[in-house]
Amino acid sequence: MSRTAKRLRYVLKRLLQAIPIVLMIVIVNFFLLQLAEGDAVDVLAGEAGSATPEYMAELRAKFGLDQPLPVQLFVYLKNVLSFDLGYSFRHEMPVLDLVMDRFGATLLLMVSTITLAVGFGIVLGLLAATGLNTWRDTLISIFALVTYATPLFWVGLMFIVVFSLNLGWFPTSGMKNVAAFNDTWSWANIKDVAHHLVLPTVTLSLFYLALYTRLMRASMLEQAGMDYVTTARAKGLTENRIMFVHVLRNALLPVVTMAGVQVGALIGGSVIVESVFAWPGLGMLAFEALFARDLNLLLGIFLLSALLVVAVNLVVDIVYSSLDPRIEV
Amino acid sequence: MIQFWRLFRRNRSAVLGLVILILIIGMAATAHLFFPEDPFRLAGRSMSPPGENGFLLGSDSLGRDVASGIAHGAKTSLLIGLMATLVAVGFGTMMGGLAGYYGGWIDDILMRVTEMFQTIPSFIFAILLVAIMKPSIESIVIAIAVVSWPAVARLVRGEFLSLRGREFVQACHTLGMSDARIILREILPNCLSPIIVIGSLMVATAILIESGLAFLGLGDPNIMSWGFQIGAGRTLLRSAWWVCTFPGIAILITVLAINLVGEGLNDALNPRLRERA
Repeated sequence: MSRTAKRLRYVLKRLLQAIPIVLMIVIVNFFLLQLAEGDAVDVLAGEAGSATPEYMAELRAKFGLDQPLPVQLFVYLKNVLSFDLGYSFRHEMPVLDLVMDRFGATLLLMVSTITLAVGFGIVLGLLAATGLNTWRDTLISIFALVTYATPLFWVGLMFIVVFSLNLGWFPTSGMKNVAAFNDTWSWANIKDVAHHLVLPTVTLSLFYLALYTRLMRASMLEQAGMDYVTTARAKGLTENRIMFVHVLRNALLPVVTMAGVQVGALIGGSVIVESVFAWPGLGMLAFEALFARDLNLLLGIFLLSALLVVAVNLVVDIVYSSLDPRIEV
Repeated sequence: MIQFWRLFRRNRSAVLGLVILILIIGMAATAHLFFPEDPFRLAGRSMSPPGENGFLLGSDSLGRDVASGIAHGAKTSLLIGLMATLVAVGFGTMMGGLAGYYGGWIDDILMRVTEMFQTIPSFIFAILLVAIMKPSIESIVIAIAVVSWPAVARLVRGEFLSLRGREFVQACHTLGMSDARIILREILPNCLSPIIVIGSLMVATAILIESGLAFLGLGDPNIMSWGFQIGAGRTLLRSAWWVCTFPGIAILITVLAINLVGEGLNDALNPRLRERA
């Protein structure tokens, strides 16, 4: 079999493996919805102020809520698979539209965070590993230890106090200035969004920065003890060349994997960071839904973020298998 | 025990962490002595800066004492962190032990379930669980335990898988011991050290999750907690920075101390690991 065909079969296999997980997540979602007190009809009746029991029964029949549980589950699965995530009664909009509307902002925040965290994490880990047990290593390790223990929302608030309120360098919240209210791709707009993006990105990336720094350091040290390093040294390569060309490349692999695994945690962190900085993404939407007790919307966000993690893991796996030919396809 | 202490003592930062942790536990235990009043009570002038009007760490917009809130909040954080960890470790050990020992379909199901848990964003899942069950100590503990147990289960499963084929286990089978006895009395004691280490680090994570939930307004409304204090103080950032700052430092120090102790335990309980590092 040719190499491309093999790769294609691998991608297909990974796609098939993702299906049961997606199904399981949807089913968990359905049961969470069942667990909650009251159903959509109760909410509607509450909004309307008063509703007769007959009218509520009629509504239940209309929405299929009087059907047995397995039938409801089947209908729910069918709806989700056709991208119908239900209706948000607070916003009077389909959940999918709401979620898609906010998706871009979160994606922007996540991409910039991952870039910053992985980039700096690799550099710091490299610095720590090359200066093993010197002040540099100790300092970087202490930094990683402290950021690992800091609550993200608190860091965000402290950044606002220092950099927004006292120094006035960055805006306290939002994604763009109200004054410059338009959606064009003009240079001024991009600069405005970037300016608003700085604090949320730095806040969200701190925790992952600590994680990647420790991982990179450990990975470098592990690779430095391998046989191929001895070989490289024996054939007379300089230490710098061994470190930066041979060891570095191999040490990067676990960091790439971890970047994929951490996407789920990153979405959780973005709920907190977005609500601190009023960044108009999915996390902020989740925070609003929480306050409005809009369960349909909250479950929709949860489902979508879980699917996002599945998708990212899939992509990372596929990229990884082409990066490292040793991985079996 | 003495042997263990000697190994633990070799890690200076772990001893420092232990001292800090003992101080925090002391603060939680004596909160009602130093601050006998309800921390939600209006204790004096609102928005007093630290050191003024008899407030050591200032007061918030409703005149609540920040220092009193921190002392009482320590109890909440430690209690929820510990209880959630106990539930998660207990359940995770049971599931992981059964899956590792018996293998087969139990193992398959467990692996699929833990895979799913690794996929779903755990913090959002915890938010959902608390929101659905209504915020209370029990629902917060359950939510944190639900998102934390799979890690324990995977670890214990791995340990059981590697131990179940060993000679001493085979000897137990030959002696006709029951499965329950082999699992609980023979294999489990042999994998206690990694369980203790992961448990101690999990307390720190649980405290962070709890503070995040309370910050978002999902704390038990009747109990003072650090996350709640910060959440309540965030609107005062411009005028009263101290309301948010001090509880955050309390969280940071507590989590840091627990992490240091956890790493010290790891070094002391797995000497081979330390030599390698």
